[in-house]
Amino acid sequence: MRDGRVVKGVRFRDHRVVGDILELAERYRDEGADELVFYDITASPDRRSVDRSWVRHIARLLDIPFCVAGGISSIADAEEVLGEGAEKISVNSPALSNPQLIDDLSRRFGSQCVVVGIDSQSVGETYRVQQFTGDERRTCDTSRLTTDWVREAAARGAGEIVLNCMASDGVRQGYDIAQLRMIRPLCPVPLVASGGAGTPAHFSDVFVKCSADAALAASVFHTGAIAIPDLKHYLSSQGIEVRP
Amino acid sequence: MSATRVGARAAILASGGANIASLQFALERLQIPCVLSADARQIRAATHVILPGVGAAGDAMERLRVSGLAELIPTLTQPVLGICLGMQLLFDSSDENATRCLGIIPGNAERFAALDGHPVPHMGWNTLAALGNAPLLAGIDALGSYAYFVHSYALALSEFTTARCDYGITFSASVQHENFFGVQFHPERSATVGARVLQNFFSMS
Repeated sequence: MRDGRVVKGVRFRDHRVVGDILELAERYRDEGADELVFYDITASPDRRSVDRSWVRHIARLLDIPFCVAGGISSIADAEEVLGEGAEKISVNSPALSNPQLIDDLSRRFGSQCVVVGIDSQSVGETYRVQQFTGDERRTCDTSRLTTDWVREAAARGAGEIVLNCMASDGVRQGYDIAQLRMIRPLCPVPLVASGGAGTPAHFSDVFVKCSADAALAASVFHTGAIAIPDLKHYLSSQGIEVRP
Repeated sequence: MSATRVGARAAILASGGANIASLQFALERLQIPCVLSADARQIRAATHVILPGVGAAGDAMERLRVSGLAELIPTLTQPVLGICLGMQLLFDSSDENATRCLGIIPGNAERFAALDGHPVPHMGWNTLAALGNAPLLAGIDALGSYAYFVHSYALALSEFTTARCDYGITFSASVQHENFFGVQFHPERSATVGARVLQNFFSMS
C-alpha cells in the first residue's frame, strides 16, 4: 500500500502500482484467500502512521480475516485500526525501535492480534534484521540477529511472526527454505513464510520442509501467475490440508 | 439457505472490546439491523443478542460488571450468541487471569497445552465437526465446515458441546444451553460458513 494503491516491489525496491485495493481485496476474497495482509510500506520511513481511511472499507467488504501493517507505534494507533475492523495489526520497524511496544500491545489487545513482521537478510554467516525496508534510502541493518529477535518478539507477546526473507522477496525463486528451517524450531507461535513464492511447488515446500503455519505471497497473485483456486487444488493433491 | 427471520433486530453488547466493526459489517452484509448497546431496555427489546469478545477474560468481565451487563446477561430470554471470548464468558470461569465469568453454562476455559506442531494461540482456519442436529450449524457441511479461530483458551467437550474442533486436543467449537449459544470461532470472519452460522442464529426464535 502506498497512497491508497497497492504496490509490489522487487526485493523491496521499485514499487509500482498494480491495482485498486478494494477491487483486489474483493477478487482475493472470492478466489478463496484465507487471509489478507495490507502493508503500508511507506508509513514508518515517513515517520507517520498508516492512513486508515481505507481500513473500514476493506472491513466492510471482507468476510475473511485481514491484518494491517505500517507505522503502528502506539496503543492508540492499534486501537484505531482494530476499531475500524482489522483482525490483526502487524508491527515491524516501530517494534525494533521500541520492543516494549509488543508487550504493551499484547497486554492490551491479546497476543492473538499482534503480529510481528521481521525483515531478515543474510549477513555473512548469519541472518540479521533490517529496519525501514519500505524506503530503500532509509533501510538499515539493525545488527540484531534474526534468531534473537524471533525469540524476543515471541517472549514479549507476539501471537504470530511473519518472516520476510528479503533476498527471496519478489524474485519468485522459492521461499528461503534454509532460513525458515532454522527459525521454525525457535518460534513457539505461528510462523508465516514470506518472500519468494513463484510456483505452486514453492508453497508445498514451505509447508512440508519448513512446517510453516502459513505462506504469504503477493507477486504471483497480483500478476495472476498463480490463481488461488489452482494453488489450493495443487496443495490438496499433495496431501496438504487447505480450506477449499 | 434458511431465510433470516423477518424483523430480526440485533443488539451487540457494548462490552468495550476493540473489534466490534467486523461484526457490525457482517450483520450489515446479512441486512440485519443492529445496535451497539449497554442499555438494559434497548437490549431486552432486541430479538437477538450478541456478546462479542476480543481481549483478555479478566478485563472483559471487569467491564461487564462495571456496565451492569454481567447482571443483565443471565436474565435474557431471547437467543444470545457469545463469540470467541464472548462464548468463554458464558461459562463459570476461565483460567485466563483466574476469572470468575457469567456462570450461565457449567465449565472452565483452560489454556491450550503447548503441543508439538500446534503453536498457541490457535490461529487460523480449522474444521467444525457438528454433533447431532445443532440448528446453529445447519448447512455448514455443504460449505466445507472451515471456520476461523483465534484463541489461546478453550472449553473441553461437555454435554453442551454442539460442534467440536481438533487442534492437538479436541475442544468445544460451539455450545448451547437453553437460549444461550456460543461459538469459539469468529463467524464474522469465517466466509460463507460464518455467514451461514449467523443466518442460522438470526432465524431462531
